[in-house]
Amino acid sequence: MPGKLKAKIVAGRHLPVMDRASDLTDAFVEVKFGNTTFKTDVCPKSLNPQWNSEWFKFEVDDEDLQDEPLQITVLDHDTYSANDAIGKVYIDIDPLLYSEAASVISGWFPIYDTIHGIRGEINVIVKVELFNDLNRFRQSSCGVKFFCTTCIPQCYRATLVHGFVEELVVNEDPEYQWIDRIRTPRASNEARQRLISLMSGELQRKIGLKVLEMGGNAVVGYLQCFDLEGESGLVVRAIGTACTLDKLSSGSAPNTNTHMHPNTAPASNACNSPSKDGKEPVFVEDLPSSSGPPTPFRALPTSSSSPPPFSPSKPCSRQSSSSDTDLSLTPKTGMGSGGSAGKEAGPLRTLLRQQTQTALEQRGASSSGLLLNAREFPFFTLTSFPPGFLLHVGGVVSARSVKLLDRIHNPALGNTRSYKLLDWNSVTADEPETRDAWWEEIRQEIKSHARALGCHAVVGYSESTSICEEVCILSASGTAAILNPRYMREGCLDIGCTDHRFEDPSPPSCGFCHIPYDELNMPFPAQLTYCYHCRRQKVPDVLFTTIDLPSEAAVAGKGCLIQARLCRLKKKAQGETNATAISNLLPFMEYELHTQLMNKLKLRSMNALFGLHIQISVGENMLLGLASATGVYLTALPAPGGIQIAGKTPGDLSNEHISSIQKRINDTIAVNKELYQINPPKLFALDPEVFCGINMELAEEGVGSPIPEPRHRSRLFRSHSESSDELSELDLSHGKKDAFVLEIDDTDAVEDIHSLLIDAPPPTGFYSCNTENMPGISNWTSGVQMFTSVRVLRLSNANLTNQGLNKIFTDLCENLLKSFYFKLRSMIPCCLCHLNFTVAVPEEELIQVTVTAVAMTYDKEQTQEKTAEKPVNKGSLEAEEQLQFPLELCADSSSSNIQTASKISGVAESTNISPRAASVDYGSFADRCSTWLELLRLKAHTIRRGSVKTSRRTQSLAHSVSSLERCSPLQEGRSRSLRSSRSFGGSSVTVVKMTPLSFLPGIRIIKYLGIINMFFIRETTSLREEGGVSGFLHSFIAEVFAMVRAHVAALGGNAVVSYSMKECVFMENPNKNQAQCLINVSGDAVICISETDQESSASTANTGQTGGGGTDGAT
Amino acid sequence: MSVELDVFVGNTTIMDEEVYQLWLDGYTVNDAVKVRMEGGVMDECEASKDVLLSDTMDQYRTFQMCERLLHSPAKLANQLLFQIPPHRQIMLIERYYAFDDTFVREVLGKKLSKGTKKDLDDISAKTGVTLKSCRRQFDNFKRVFKVVEELKGPLVENIRQHFLLSDKLARDYAAIVFFANNRFETGKRKLQYLSFQDFAFCAGQLISNWTVGAVGESSIDPSYNMVEDMDVDLDKEFLQELKELKILITDKDLLDQHKSLVCTALRGKTKVFPEMETSFKNLSRGLINIAAKLTNTKDVRDFFIDLVEKFIEPCRSDRWTAADMKLYLTHYTNSAHILDTFKHQVVWDRYMGVVKSCIFKMYHD
Repeated sequence: MPGKLKAKIVAGRHLPVMDRASDLTDAFVEVKFGNTTFKTDVCPKSLNPQWNSEWFKFEVDDEDLQDEPLQITVLDHDTYSANDAIGKVYIDIDPLLYSEAASVISGWFPIYDTIHGIRGEINVIVKVELFNDLNRFRQSSCGVKFFCTTCIPQCYRATLVHGFVEELVVNEDPEYQWIDRIRTPRASNEARQRLISLMSGELQRKIGLKVLEMGGNAVVGYLQCFDLEGESGLVVRAIGTACTLDKLSSGSAPNTNTHMHPNTAPASNACNSPSKDGKEPVFVEDLPSSSGPPTPFRALPTSSSSPPPFSPSKPCSRQSSSSDTDLSLTPKTGMGSGGSAGKEAGPLRTLLRQQTQTALEQRGASSSGLLLNAREFPFFTLTSFPPGFLLHVGGVVSARSVKLLDRIHNPALGNTRSYKLLDWNSVTADEPETRDAWWEEIRQEIKSHARALGCHAVVGYSESTSICEEVCILSASGTAAILNPRYMREGCLDIGCTDHRFEDPSPPSCGFCHIPYDELNMPFPAQLTYCYHCRRQKVPDVLFTTIDLPSEAAVAGKGCLIQARLCRLKKKAQGETNATAISNLLPFMEYELHTQLMNKLKLRSMNALFGLHIQISVGENMLLGLASATGVYLTALPAPGGIQIAGKTPGDLSNEHISSIQKRINDTIAVNKELYQINPPKLFALDPEVFCGINMELAEEGVGSPIPEPRHRSRLFRSHSESSDELSELDLSHGKKDAFVLEIDDTDAVEDIHSLLIDAPPPTGFYSCNTENMPGISNWTSGVQMFTSVRVLRLSNANLTNQGLNKIFTDLCENLLKSFYFKLRSMIPCCLCHLNFTVAVPEEELIQVTVTAVAMTYDKEQTQEKTAEKPVNKGSLEAEEQLQFPLELCADSSSSNIQTASKISGVAESTNISPRAASVDYGSFADRCSTWLELLRLKAHTIRRGSVKTSRRTQSLAHSVSSLERCSPLQEGRSRSLRSSRSFGGSSVTVVKMTPLSFLPGIRIIKYLGIINMFFIRETTSLREEGGVSGFLHSFIAEVFAMVRAHVAALGGNAVVSYSMKECVFMENPNKNQAQCLINVSGDAVICISETDQESSASTANTGQTGGGGTDGAT
Repeated sequence: MSVELDVFVGNTTIMDEEVYQLWLDGYTVNDAVKVRMEGGVMDECEASKDVLLSDTMDQYRTFQMCERLLHSPAKLANQLLFQIPPHRQIMLIERYYAFDDTFVREVLGKKLSKGTKKDLDDISAKTGVTLKSCRRQFDNFKRVFKVVEELKGPLVENIRQHFLLSDKLARDYAAIVFFANNRFETGKRKLQYLSFQDFAFCAGQLISNWTVGAVGESSIDPSYNMVEDMDVDLDKEFLQELKELKILITDKDLLDQHKSLVCTALRGKTKVFPEMETSFKNLSRGLINIAAKLTNTKDVRDFFIDLVEKFIEPCRSDRWTAADMKLYLTHYTNSAHILDTFKHQVVWDRYMGVVKSCIFKMYHD
């Protein structure tokens, strides 16, 4: 009996009227844990009942403590009929189970009903007494900390990183049980909510067990997902990175000295040998065949594109799609590549090799059981690492597979066993077609892709699914990488033999860009150059990754969100035909997406993508693809060439037309360079002579080619029929070297190019990215606004073409962004960070896009200050010296580079700041400042900070102050008197900040209170009355936010970091006036304090947090 | 192709004050979009009409969801659904309870009943305030009236505490409640020139001097301070005592004495002295008759119309300036103290204090 759970029901407030006659409610509460239930007395005729109950005590196993939620039901007592339920509260008590986290859960929780939403609040106190039992960790994993954050949490130090942990739990979906036909929707939804809560608890406990077995004490980058498979069940799965974390005493600097041992001895065997066997064949066999075409073709190095049907780029693919159904005879990998002429041999050989390799590894794995299985994969869900951890990055690796769900129906899941949890791992351990096996397969593939890139690890790893009827696409992606052997234990990874390059430590600002694979045995034809920073190692010309930009990386200018969007129609089909059709489409889509990304990257004059996330969503009659990433200019990589437009044949399209498009493209590139302030210190690093100290040809060359090697041309082919004939012609007409050539051979291509140019740049004052850090911006101020937006589009026209659909989809995404910019205009200058787009096809003619992101304000004037202090010296010797700095002091390069960029761009920036500032509406953003008085103080502070005041700046300040006055609803004296004279009823609601990022600007996290993982279902049968679908979803999302905030506040926290909305499944039936929505959110509850104790912007943030109560009057 | 669903929810609820005002003013979404477009908001952030429409719809939804909370503003501070910073909450409440002077002028003194509510469309047409806005304002009056009706203690303070309004707005609401309760006639043609603020000022005077809870009444014991409706009903005892003032016009000696005292003081100080002298008796009779009749509920209702008819209009026709009026009333009030036989100084002051300041306020074009 290792634990005692105690709960006390204190009071309720704002309860709904349950008795129409008296306009009052006779409320009582049922408290349930496991199978034990307690009840409070009935508090008659009150909407604000005071129960003040005794302590209800539950004596339970700690296993149950981890799995079960505390279930609180508020009911209205009815003497004559059944008691009416008002609503429920589920409290996850996991955060109470580890000593460092919360000690008590106490606060007001919204009472939630699946039909009516929030109906009042209830005040509850929950405590847990854990007995010191030696066997405590045997069945349960109490004490293992979970973090959604995908980096080492702020107040911890990682002493060991153990590696990948995964688990999945399967059960029948209550909504598809026979009983669902006779019970109410409310009962069904509640059963579902409870079941998922139970399953998440169990899953977490099991992962915790694995972590303990590995010797770790925490899971970082914990990613839990639901697969609502319908008839075939409900899967809850999670992946994460097991770590041993040490709590840092406050004030001490985070230690970067991190050790890892993703693979311990037994695993390393399995890892080492096959990699040698596996790696060479890929190169030896595939390369020749790929370099077969005489074209000096170069496609998309280091990033993985799908196996494009067009043979030339095939070898660069490290991705595959497969349709593995019982009967399917299609090869596992390279489904799509079959179409390429003369290339059949390639994929087949690859397939054979991979299968043997897989067999080898599985043999090794099966002998030592599950745990080893987990360790077999050197995967890390982390996206950012302590400095020095990440040595080299190979590129994106990804794998997809199409599965049929009805084929794997498990007889073990009897339809009468309602709530018994079944674990597929245990029940069907030797069943080959379990979901575990599916994922295993995909992970193996990822692993072999990584190995082919010469990498021993995959970082920024994630998994996802898309389900439509019985078809399921499983996807996994990550970034192949080499991690620092010094931080590894006993050389467990296969880097021992790699080569001498790693002995020579690369500077951190460019080291991660250096290729990890062998130059002579490149996995795909890439164009390599010497690193523009250190000139010692080779770098690719473009780098795609799924991780965040390393903090030490040297970048020029600012980053920006780059999205590729794609729709593909498909015929409606059933079962296997459908699965095959989908898997046939997948490679084409990936290729298309990839081409789009590459083009857009070039168009922005950037050379690297971070945080790449490709989502492919399946619907009944279409597939949607959305790739999002943050583009950036890495100074270590060569400058991207422009984009050249070429006609298929000279007669095809008039030259004027082509040249007008060309002009537009060139203009866009020029505009973008300005916009993102990309002014790389290119020439100094490039020219060997400059490097030696001699100044030559400083300013002559334009965007041009710094490549010392033979001039390459990168080409993207629009069609199969492409031949090399036009080459010479192209060469003549376009003198520029290293340009990216876009072939216009049909109207589709014209459309594509037009759509390229459609992407509007964000309005002045806005930047956007989908990563944790915005490249080029670091001076955040306290304004934070997290938001979720959902948009559903109904396609009315059934006869849509792919082109038409693409346009619609692109416009949908673009319009969403435009809406955000408009709504958040009062925060300017600001950056939308962690823009996370999720697409879905909920019904045949519907496209749903869900976005969660955070807008953060930054200090534009700070950048300006620097400009004022140091005058710009473009092209002079002085500038050269400054720019060479990063070469010598690589550690500082990132920051100094930012400075450089801002210095150069400063002039242009300062000219447009004053009109901008004048229109800023500070008053409407309370997150920034709780009162306008404080704002003034903040403003004054900013003025104090500025050592150099230009007249322009003062003017802009004056402007913004006056605009404040305008928008403040009250005069100064008035607002003072108001605040002093008004009480807000004594109770205050803690302000809880939420962000999808792992940090809050200007605020230090002092304690992680535990993971928040909540699942809600909301249903309505009065859709019109609730304001239609928008009204329904609007209030539901607001309710979800409210419940997250309430739980965090009850744990004693004041913020949620790494927040994400994992699932937002919306279904409607307007004819029946019904709608249903499922939402799953997660994040880390934290306590944070402002970084500075001074009376500055941080103090404003602090008052904002305590606000709402009497404290506000005091300020 | 159509947007089926479109929502945007911020952790901190985003509210645009301009849109809030449009919503309060009863604009439809489409009209609001038009107004915003004309206002030039589109130039910011390169917005299009669709963006504006989407934003306006979102905001309108948010306001609709908030409206329930705004009906009992104290809830806004401790509800959990919307995270709204305190100063925004104050703004929301203050604006929600703000009203149009033109509208309130129409319903001032009327019974806040369903019958009046039915006439709102006429008032809307007359004042140009949208019907939706009229309804909101009317419901606000009614809500405040209902809540304070059942409360003890000072009226203004109660309103401020319950509805978290600013002092100014709370006083205005107190005036509205006071007028509605006593059903003062304000709609007559002769009273049309008076603004709501004129009446609100007068109401403030009446509340703080003539009601049971009026301050400075040492004779009233402290426990009495908490009676119901103490600020809403006029002090019956006081009204009764007002009858005693009649002596000033019924007693011929007193009247003459009073007149001569006032005339002596005024002589040479104003151009309209002859007119003052001739109309003294009429004016004095007017004021004192008003006082004497106040025990009658019907006459209480006509208090303002009486003031205008019996005093303000005669003075105006004699072309008194505001300064003349001030001078006259000051001396008229003070001279009564010198009258040896006049024993009702306290009642006199309580009466004349209010009447004087009311007339000052009401004496304009």
